[in-house]
Amino acid sequence: MAQPMHTPDTDIGLWLQQQTDKSLLRFLTCGSVDDGKSTLIGRLLYDSQLILDDQLASLKKESHNRTTGDEGIDFSLLVDGLTAEREQGITIDVAYRFFSTDKRKFIVADTPGHEQYTRNMATGASNADLALVLIDARKGVLTQTRRHSFILSLIGVKHVVLVVNKIDLVDYDEAVFDRIVAEYRAFAAPLGFKTLEAIPVSALRGDNMLAQSPNTPWYGGPALVPYLETIDVSEDRSAQPFRFPVQWVNRPNLDFRGFSGTVASGAIAVGDEVLIASSRKPAVVKRIVTMDGDLDQAIAGRAVTLVLDREVDISRGDVLSRPGETPEYSNQFQARVIWMSEEPAYPGRSYLLKVGAQTISATITDLKFRTNVNTLEQTAATKIDLNEVATVTLATDKPIAFDSYKTNALTGGFILVDRLSNATLGAGTIDFGLRRAQNLTYQAFDVNRDVRATMKGQSPQIIWFTGLSGSGKSSVANLLERRLTAEGKHLYILDGDNVRHGLNKDLGFTEAARVENIRRVAEVARLMADAGLIVLVSFISPFRNERRLAREIAGDLRFSEVYVDTPLEVCEARDPKGLYKRARAGEIKNFTGIDSPFEAPEHPDLVLHGAQFEVAQLADQLYDWLKI
Amino acid sequence: MQSQSLTHLQALEAESIEILREVAASFERPVMMYSIGKDSSVLLHLARKAFYPSKIPFPLLHVNTTWKFREMIAFRDSMAEKYGFDLISHTNPEGLANNINPFDHGSSRYTDIMKTQALRQALNAGRYDAAIGGARRDEEKSRAKERIFSHRNANHAWDPKNQRPELWKVFNTRLNPGESMRVFPISNWTELDVWTYIYDQGIELPSLYFAKPRPVVDRSGTLIMVDDERMPLEPGETARMEMVRFRTLGCYPLTGAIRSDAADLPSIIMEMQASRTSEREGRLIDSDSVGSMEKKKQEGYF
Repeated sequence: MAQPMHTPDTDIGLWLQQQTDKSLLRFLTCGSVDDGKSTLIGRLLYDSQLILDDQLASLKKESHNRTTGDEGIDFSLLVDGLTAEREQGITIDVAYRFFSTDKRKFIVADTPGHEQYTRNMATGASNADLALVLIDARKGVLTQTRRHSFILSLIGVKHVVLVVNKIDLVDYDEAVFDRIVAEYRAFAAPLGFKTLEAIPVSALRGDNMLAQSPNTPWYGGPALVPYLETIDVSEDRSAQPFRFPVQWVNRPNLDFRGFSGTVASGAIAVGDEVLIASSRKPAVVKRIVTMDGDLDQAIAGRAVTLVLDREVDISRGDVLSRPGETPEYSNQFQARVIWMSEEPAYPGRSYLLKVGAQTISATITDLKFRTNVNTLEQTAATKIDLNEVATVTLATDKPIAFDSYKTNALTGGFILVDRLSNATLGAGTIDFGLRRAQNLTYQAFDVNRDVRATMKGQSPQIIWFTGLSGSGKSSVANLLERRLTAEGKHLYILDGDNVRHGLNKDLGFTEAARVENIRRVAEVARLMADAGLIVLVSFISPFRNERRLAREIAGDLRFSEVYVDTPLEVCEARDPKGLYKRARAGEIKNFTGIDSPFEAPEHPDLVLHGAQFEVAQLADQLYDWLKI
Repeated sequence: MQSQSLTHLQALEAESIEILREVAASFERPVMMYSIGKDSSVLLHLARKAFYPSKIPFPLLHVNTTWKFREMIAFRDSMAEKYGFDLISHTNPEGLANNINPFDHGSSRYTDIMKTQALRQALNAGRYDAAIGGARRDEEKSRAKERIFSHRNANHAWDPKNQRPELWKVFNTRLNPGESMRVFPISNWTELDVWTYIYDQGIELPSLYFAKPRPVVDRSGTLIMVDDERMPLEPGETARMEMVRFRTLGCYPLTGAIRSDAADLPSIIMEMQASRTSEREGRLIDSDSVGSMEKKKQEGYF
């Protein structure tokens, strides 16, 4: 074995100082399934003497019955942590590993190679300064190599090391190495990496890991570890425009009001003027507070508490910057999204978006195109599936402060969260803000909803019926309409018959089309209610997300979700239009209750039990409850 | 002008502070686990820094098995008094009533009842929606894959195959009713980082970490300190005074001491650098079977 990476110094004070002053390099390893990523990391840990006696013993025990290298050790066992992975012999999640040399501390994200775990690779890449792209010398550049490289560029990893592994298995052939490197460089040229170094390596045997290998005399470049120790990845974040996302308002007593957060970029000093992104109000930094004492200035990466010279309205999520170099502030922007959920993304659906310390409702308003992660080809799309990358326009409920991801990853990277399950569904990088959104302000008319409602003598609202086909929604809506109209109220019913044949006749019955169908209906309902009408909407509307969307579109209008709860057997027995029979016969696809799910409301405003009461009784129950 | 980039310790400290602030800002009822060991001591120090000049805006929870080293309890109480944090100590009442102990009931059953179940009781009783812990990814293989904000279902269980993707520092802190989050602010620290930070910041530790003569018995190669009279001695067995210290602190009957002369921080760090065994080896809980920690975590262990 080559020289160990470091030797403890006997001069304790000096050694400790050295430990304290080391820099940090975060990198990730990616490559396809059998390229030997885990083996490479295992080798790094082994060579840096981080494999301790008890771990080595347990490693040798576990290496029994496995394919091993010369040392009788399966290095990959060191990093493949979860039982399921050990059983399947693959890496399925991001594992973080740590090692250090005399010069640097390293945090390694070991990420999976399979296509279905693209999301985990993006996760690992998001905090990495550099990436090792592994290639099996016998196989060359593969589809997965291209996919990983594209994701690296999407996430903005600037430095790449092309590790041509298993070079021993091609007899240390220079021509093989040169061919692979040439092919990769040609492919990676448009991806915009700042540095790209190619190194021939055998992780199993240790060639070109710590020092140049005698087996590759034709290779004149650096060995892997020395290269990682010395490469300069600092973006000099302190030289960029100042950004300070306020994380927490620090208010221990009436005499102290500070704003805690981490300097995302740039630097700030006492006496500097700052601008609050949301209000555009200025203030001057009076103190930079830490427990170790006040600072004169704070650079990028420091977690501090700022005290300003005046009372200004600032809360969590606000971003402080300097006048003249402010972040964008808009409610619409273009972004690239990586989808990470089994449930596809649809335009029109509402999600929670988190960027920095800001969390806000957001909707994909336009799906521009999908990028094939293997070929980089761009194609039209109506939805984004798991592990797909798409370019979209997003609209948020209120304007937010952000930068383009290219200029600032910490203020330009966001996640999308499901409003019901709270799962992280996707991640995105902002390309640019769409300024036109800022100019779009609603005209305030003198004649408003209140005026129109008063003229009609009623309070406009939306009553949204949901339930299976044949559950009795339309029958109840009709009876209610008749009764209220008789009382002099003005109503309108929106249902499949009058919407599907006109406004929405361009829509089919796929999930994407159903989402759009509901969105349009909800918008029309809102306009009608705004015009002063009481709107009854009678749609199966099987998905919680869309009903929630409808409620959101309604805004401050009264919105009552009425669930006509009639069991499937009863609906199917009624079958007023013969649709169930046709669905069962396979003549109608995506029929709710048969081959498409109905998500019952969790908290409807009112439940009508369609199997227990006559339609007239149901209409009475609703009438009594509504108190119109 | 000072240097324009942070050292790795400064970077780790800032990252941890940001995580702690995110917890305080995002959850309604956070709590910080306090186990009195070195990692907890670092966590406490970071929490004080994160919220200064405010006090730590959440309580510290100690799951007391009643078998901790006596000095740990004294140290815990002195810290609470010195820094004025809100301390909650919880012991599983059924376990206590049934006198569950590591000698009669075996380490795995004892750990389950007095630690895992006790922890669940305390978290349920406090209706805590976020529990901050001092686990690090370098400790053990399944920890290496855990998120910093690690989601738990209503039964406090971890689903390693269904973890939320965690990108940049944009943490998804949202929960449904009954669910909770475990948060690990020092995930990216190594054991050496912890020690050098303690040295750099002058953080106080229980003296059990430092070598001095202590009464120990040798149980199949593991040195167990006789901390009180409850420790059953085998016939003819007597405690011997030996120069020992502890690399981790826990329940004294389950925590092996190592022979050492390292009586101050620099000596400990040097000794650790030269040593060839990992710190969890002294804990009897991991060695049951391959994957045992992962299994415990799925059941709700920290």
